Amino acid sequence: MRLITQIGEWFDHRLQLAAPIREAAEHPVPRNTASWFYVFGSAALTVFLLQLVTGILLALIYVPSGGEAWSSLQALNHQVALGWFIRAMHGWGSNFMVAIVLIHMVQVFLFGAHKYPRELTWVIGVFLLLMTLGMAFTGQVMRFDQDAYWGLGIGASIASRVPIIGPAVVKLMLGGPIIAGATLSRFFALHVFVIPGMLIAFVGLHVLMVLKLGINEWPMPGRIVKRATYEAEYHAMTRNEGAPFVPYAVWKDMFFAAFIILAIAACAYYFGPFGPTGQPDPTIIQTAPKPDYFFLWLYALLSLLPPSLETPFLLIGPPLVILGLILLPFLSGEGEKSWKRRPIAVITVLMIAITLGTFTRLAQFTPWSPHMNAWSGDPIPDRYIHGTTALERQGALVFQVKQCRNCHSIGNTGGQRGPALDSVAVRLTRDQLIRQVIQGGGNMPAYGNNLSPAETTALVAFLETLHPATQSPARDGARDLVLSENTAKSATQP
Amino acid sequence: MTTKPVIAPSNEDTLSRRGFFMKLGILFNGFAAMVLAVPVVGFLLSSVTRGRASGYLSWVPLGRIDEFPEGETRLATFRNPNVMPTDGKTVDTACWVRRVAGEKFQVFAINCAHLGCPVRWFPQSGLFMCPCHGGAYYRDGARASGPPERGLFEYPYKVENGLVTIQAGELPTPGAAIASLTGEKPPCA
Repeated sequence: MRLITQIGEWFDHRLQLAAPIREAAEHPVPRNTASWFYVFGSAALTVFLLQLVTGILLALIYVPSGGEAWSSLQALNHQVALGWFIRAMHGWGSNFMVAIVLIHMVQVFLFGAHKYPRELTWVIGVFLLLMTLGMAFTGQVMRFDQDAYWGLGIGASIASRVPIIGPAVVKLMLGGPIIAGATLSRFFALHVFVIPGMLIAFVGLHVLMVLKLGINEWPMPGRIVKRATYEAEYHAMTRNEGAPFVPYAVWKDMFFAAFIILAIAACAYYFGPFGPTGQPDPTIIQTAPKPDYFFLWLYALLSLLPPSLETPFLLIGPPLVILGLILLPFLSGEGEKSWKRRPIAVITVLMIAITLGTFTRLAQFTPWSPHMNAWSGDPIPDRYIHGTTALERQGALVFQVKQCRNCHSIGNTGGQRGPALDSVAVRLTRDQLIRQVIQGGGNMPAYGNNLSPAETTALVAFLETLHPATQSPARDGARDLVLSENTAKSATQP
Repeated sequence: MTTKPVIAPSNEDTLSRRGFFMKLGILFNGFAAMVLAVPVVGFLLSSVTRGRASGYLSWVPLGRIDEFPEGETRLATFRNPNVMPTDGKTVDTACWVRRVAGEKFQVFAINCAHLGCPVRWFPQSGLFMCPCHGGAYYRDGARASGPPERGLFEYPYKVENGLVTIQAGELPTPGAAIASLTGEKPPCA
């Protein structure tokens, strides 16, 4: 024991780090910050360190080459002992990191921690969020599979919409004219060197500022932040009723960090690694690429926006959001910190959370995507054909063969891009059905060129049978009247 | 060289020997950084400048003309003209070839004009459908419905010695101002 102390003293005589480390560890924090609400920052740091370690481990096997990345991932999954587990830890760690960073951000915002004098800490935090998302996207590219390949295509298509320099940006992003080996290499450089390097530097600054400025005190309704007096009040608070960070508050951070690591390990163990899905071979087109979890909301947004709004939204929206986040502490740097007195802040957070949550949920079952195999894979339920005429059955065949089913569901199977047709006859009259089929419109292609008159007649005859037993099909009253007049006339004529 | 009289070294206006050499050092390093910046920036932008100088596009064969029956649309694959050793399978590209009649063709890019997902051809309904956001196109590539703002991208083609050849080499994207890829005539034509 004496020897260890002596060795320690020998090193500290030269390094002189013990005193500043002790000072940092034992700096006084407001007692009420020793709370389970204050553990997300340290948890994010913990997951980041976990990502560094698992990332380095993966790099021992992974080959960042367009030709070999996919097979090296297969080797990690199946050949290298526990390679699957390290991949799973890295993948789940990424999901956890984005989630924890977002929770941390919401907590900081609702507790008013972005206000004076911690504006710069917030701004750097915004950059850390962007870098975390950057890591998530570039990480998805590292899993060089079909989703990664077409995801890059989507990224390139978005980048190409930048006015004037769009095509140059695409080539810069892809490292060439197409998505290929050079693309993977440069995303590897971003994912492994550039962004982590910046992350380490910015995390260092972020933590340094928390130490220098002190952790945000628990917000009390009515305790107003003023630039002139805040720092003196804060120092008085920590001096008079503060407690040393270690061990008074740190134990909760440690417990939560360990819990998160175990949670990631449990997810990794039970759910396993993400992919890789099919090979990155662009000649295999039977694929429906989907982004990773944290970009699903964007996937939904890009389907639901009106086409003409898309490009402005994509190019102007993100810079505006980032600018808003950066300006936030400068626009509301003083005043109430407590969420109890900041209803607009609470509503804003709820709105954003509900919006992102709804979009994410929608993107999980993509109602806007045609079901490519519904026409040949989903049969028409018996009850829709039972007791129908030959013409109506022929129409049901046309309905399947012409891929109507890819976008329209019947009996809850089929695409959801268009409306479900189980009761279409109640909504549309015969003439309206014919018009809709032939001319399309309302986001439906026109089928006029691809249906013979006989096919149209059969199809519409089938569609007219689609109504609940208790509801009669829609009728054009005027048409009935004209027809009955005609019959009456012909009946009276000799 | 200064015209001011040399007085006490602490005066801010004067330039001491050390101060002069330090400024010279900064200047010299700035010069070195500039010299270094030329190849560094040149290297970083090489994928852009290469495209501008000689271009990435060249003519690649798709197959014999009799592989494409008249009035039908078939999937064809070709190898991208620029291949790097690490590209693997990514340089193999698919496209839809529609033989309208005789030697009249339409060669569509596989990439949806919305966000580049691979569109699939359904001959029964005469539609191209995109699995991502539900874009649909008619058999001639014109936009039918969904989020795309335009029709499918078309490759310029020619038929020589019974071979269908297209001009390819770049990923078609909505913003690419390449008239040949957009299938539209340039404004001066």
